[in-house]
Amino acid sequence: MTKIGLEIHCQLTKLESKLFCSCKADYRSFEPNSNICPVCMGLPGSLPILNKKAVEKAAMLSIALGCKIPPKIGFFRKNYFYPDLPKNFQITQYNAYGPTSIGYDGMIMIEDKEIKIRRIQLEEDPGRLVYSGSSEKTQITLVDYNRAGTPLVEIVTEPDFENPKQVRIFLNILADLVENLGVADPYLEGAFRVDGNISIEKGNRVEIKNVGSFRDIEKALHFEITRQQSLAERGIPIPAETRHWDEARKITVSSRSKEEEQDYRYFPEEDIPRIIIEKSLLDNLKKTMPESIMSKKERYINKYGIPTQVAEILSSDKFYSDLFEQSHTEKNAKEIANLITTDLKGFADTKEQREQLKLTPKHLADLADAVLNNKITRASGKTALQEILKTGKPVSEIISSLDLGNVDDESSLVKAIDEVFIEEQKAVSEAKQNPDTINYLVGKVMRKTKGKANPSLTLDMIRKKLDSQ
Amino acid sequence: MTLAISISQYIQKLRDGEFSSEEFIAKTLERINKVEKNLHAFISINENAIEQAKQIDKKIKAKEKIGSCFGMPISIKDNICTKGMKTTCASKMLEDFVAPYDATVVSKLKSEDAIIIGKANLDEFAMGSTTEYSYFGPSRNPWNTDYVPGGSSGGSGVSVSALECIASLGSDTGGSVRSPASFCSVVGLKPTYGLISRYGLISFANSIEQIGPLARTVEDVAFILNIIAGRDSHDNTTIENRTPDYTKDIDIGVSGKKIGIISEMVGEGVDKDVQSATKHAISTFEKLGAECIPISLDSAQHSVAAYYTLASAEASSNLARFDNLRYGFDFSVEGYEYNSYISKVRSNLGPEVTRRMLLGTFVLSAGYYGKYYQKAQKVRSLIKSQLVESFKKVDLLLAPTMPILPFKIGEKIDDPLKIYLLDINTIIANLSGIPAISVPFAMADGLPIGIQLFANSLQEKQLLQSAHALQKTTKLPEVPI
Ligand SMILES: [Zn+2]
Repeated sequence: MTKIGLEIHCQLTKLESKLFCSCKADYRSFEPNSNICPVCMGLPGSLPILNKKAVEKAAMLSIALGCKIPPKIGFFRKNYFYPDLPKNFQITQYNAYGPTSIGYDGMIMIEDKEIKIRRIQLEEDPGRLVYSGSSEKTQITLVDYNRAGTPLVEIVTEPDFENPKQVRIFLNILADLVENLGVADPYLEGAFRVDGNISIEKGNRVEIKNVGSFRDIEKALHFEITRQQSLAERGIPIPAETRHWDEARKITVSSRSKEEEQDYRYFPEEDIPRIIIEKSLLDNLKKTMPESIMSKKERYINKYGIPTQVAEILSSDKFYSDLFEQSHTEKNAKEIANLITTDLKGFADTKEQREQLKLTPKHLADLADAVLNNKITRASGKTALQEILKTGKPVSEIISSLDLGNVDDESSLVKAIDEVFIEEQKAVSEAKQNPDTINYLVGKVMRKTKGKANPSLTLDMIRKKLDSQ
Repeated sequence: MTLAISISQYIQKLRDGEFSSEEFIAKTLERINKVEKNLHAFISINENAIEQAKQIDKKIKAKEKIGSCFGMPISIKDNICTKGMKTTCASKMLEDFVAPYDATVVSKLKSEDAIIIGKANLDEFAMGSTTEYSYFGPSRNPWNTDYVPGGSSGGSGVSVSALECIASLGSDTGGSVRSPASFCSVVGLKPTYGLISRYGLISFANSIEQIGPLARTVEDVAFILNIIAGRDSHDNTTIENRTPDYTKDIDIGVSGKKIGIISEMVGEGVDKDVQSATKHAISTFEKLGAECIPISLDSAQHSVAAYYTLASAEASSNLARFDNLRYGFDFSVEGYEYNSYISKVRSNLGPEVTRRMLLGTFVLSAGYYGKYYQKAQKVRSLIKSQLVESFKKVDLLLAPTMPILPFKIGEKIDDPLKIYLLDINTIIANLSGIPAISVPFAMADGLPIGIQLFANSLQEKQLLQSAHALQKTTKLPEVPI
């Protein structure tokens, strides 16, 4: 049986400052080596000062992933030499001598399958190596320490996945979850990084590293399964090793580095005393942390009668569910859910679209109310939404400038209905026999009024006219 | 004008107009010029000291608000960062390193208008007990310049003893403040772990070491402690609960106090002269109204082994950052690959540092962690709990600071284990975090002997009161240099 486990590095991008100093956690907009200080540069004499907010965010994530949280957490040093590591050790957490990481023994369900979370640990991100120079001979390695010290959680799963598809579903759920919790924006470049380990029946465990985007992990795992199976079929043993994902060639390559033999000499980081995680803190986090996707979904279905599929789309996307929360009333909830998931979706899916979006929660509320109050039809609603996305003008202004308002005075409708009765004599007589076909006539009137006819009024008037003939 | 005055005398004389800060600093620099070639207490001297003293005099004249140090000269061990002055750790690796910030203790002293007169010599990265392991050459004992001054804060002890400053800050990892205090006949305090910020102290063994003051009197040490103690937002290991004023009631005496004499530290292996000085100290305390009883601390026999395991483990990690890539000495990367560059550069670390880095790397390695590091932690807990038990019975513990008299430079340098064993009486304070103080008490063959007192955590006030009582009974000769 194929067994796959994951290690996910997720930056806590929603934090203000780094894990052990007051430099910005959001390092992306800085010139190289300008978001640094003595602490994150590991200058002699500097000491780490723990960012308590990072502990809270990581605790929130641990709660959301059903983890146990130890009464005391501690930090360890992981010792190794690398140019992106200013102190030549990384401050991280380590559970080999008993659970002291922020979370352990958690679980999430994906499609009725349990994926166990082995641990969640809080740690600092290293800096970044930048290669420059045209050929291998002239190549130089530059180091940018802006990222050094960025707060990170590493989420380690048990090898519970049986195939790459489960991995993809899990990662989508996890990305939605961290975003919904407000601990990270998983779609920022480099914010959500996944390593995997995989073994097929009777094979050794192979680690896959360096998978740039979390979408590529599925490809890398597929490749590995095929590679390992073909070795097995030919009776060649699968060595336990670390392989790197070659993004350009879409294959994994055995890494010649001696990573397996690396001895990190973990030992306690005494510059940060053990932190007692008070029960009151956890209670408070549970009370104040954002509602989970699952609970949102259930609320949407049970409270507002929103169809399951619509509720699923709405709840799993923080951006859409935030829009919904900010715009809906009990009365218009269902209408707004529809507007978002059928009419808005497709126009506000990417980060760029969202950043430039002219639509406000008030727009949505006004639009839904206009439809519910028969001021405009659903079809006109769709047209109005397009116009909002383009101009951002208020709903009332758009309705009048595009002349979308429902035709609901009888005199103007009489004319249209009369014309339809003349043009569609066959349908009229059919409708007299079989009232079920009456909608065909309503549709014709709609078309004549460019979709603005008040549908219920139109239906009433057609019925009356049929009766009177 | 004499330089042989206490802090309170300095302040009084300055206020009385007997001298200005500038005059005192000038006289101190003159003294430094005269004795340094024999002593080598300093790695660098503050070029701007006179200018800074002038500024302070100006403030005094203008009756502006003035800090409690009134421009007095203080030396700082060269592993404590000072903005704008080199901080070398007596190592080739940091030969040219200028920290972009002041250590918390330094900024506290500066804000009280102290003048940092110079950076004091030490064993490279504070690893050593004689100051012979300085990259810049050893310091010499002012009582006899053929002899070691103790260490690793040797330069601090020498500079205070030889009147090159009024007080000094050292760091004490295994006795590094108390050893030079004892060998140079000055007072040296190792405070409770966490009482003083380590921000800006270049880490050697970060769970063990503390910055500590050295001065010629216990009162002066209390005065400096008042300035530097307290919680610091730059150091997560600092603790609340400092005493508001360590100098207040320092005269209270020891009447009714119970003092435990650590049996394991006064018998076998202790020099005859040191033994008799210790006996004399005990009878002095008894005369002063204290009750002295023997206390056994058998876990102390493992303290040296545990200490060198833990301190080396931490050192191997703390010193890993000295790869010369971001700061260090001038040495081009041209022609080296990453690993070969690092190893080439690190071959510039001295023999003692190299020895401890290797030892520390070894005890943390897979398969040995439990056997060495964890076992040493167990010893540490045992020592701690035995001390807690002892302090239920007594108020203070007493032992000689150093088991032997100062010895000649070069005499023991080829036998690292012998040097390690010099720390046998001091290490328990570092492993357990309790405060300890060394008081100059006697002389033998013209060489100083210090008596050490320990108190329970955060009991510095009581410790200083008792040390003061003991010091008041002594009449020691003036430094011969
Ligand atoms: Zn920083």
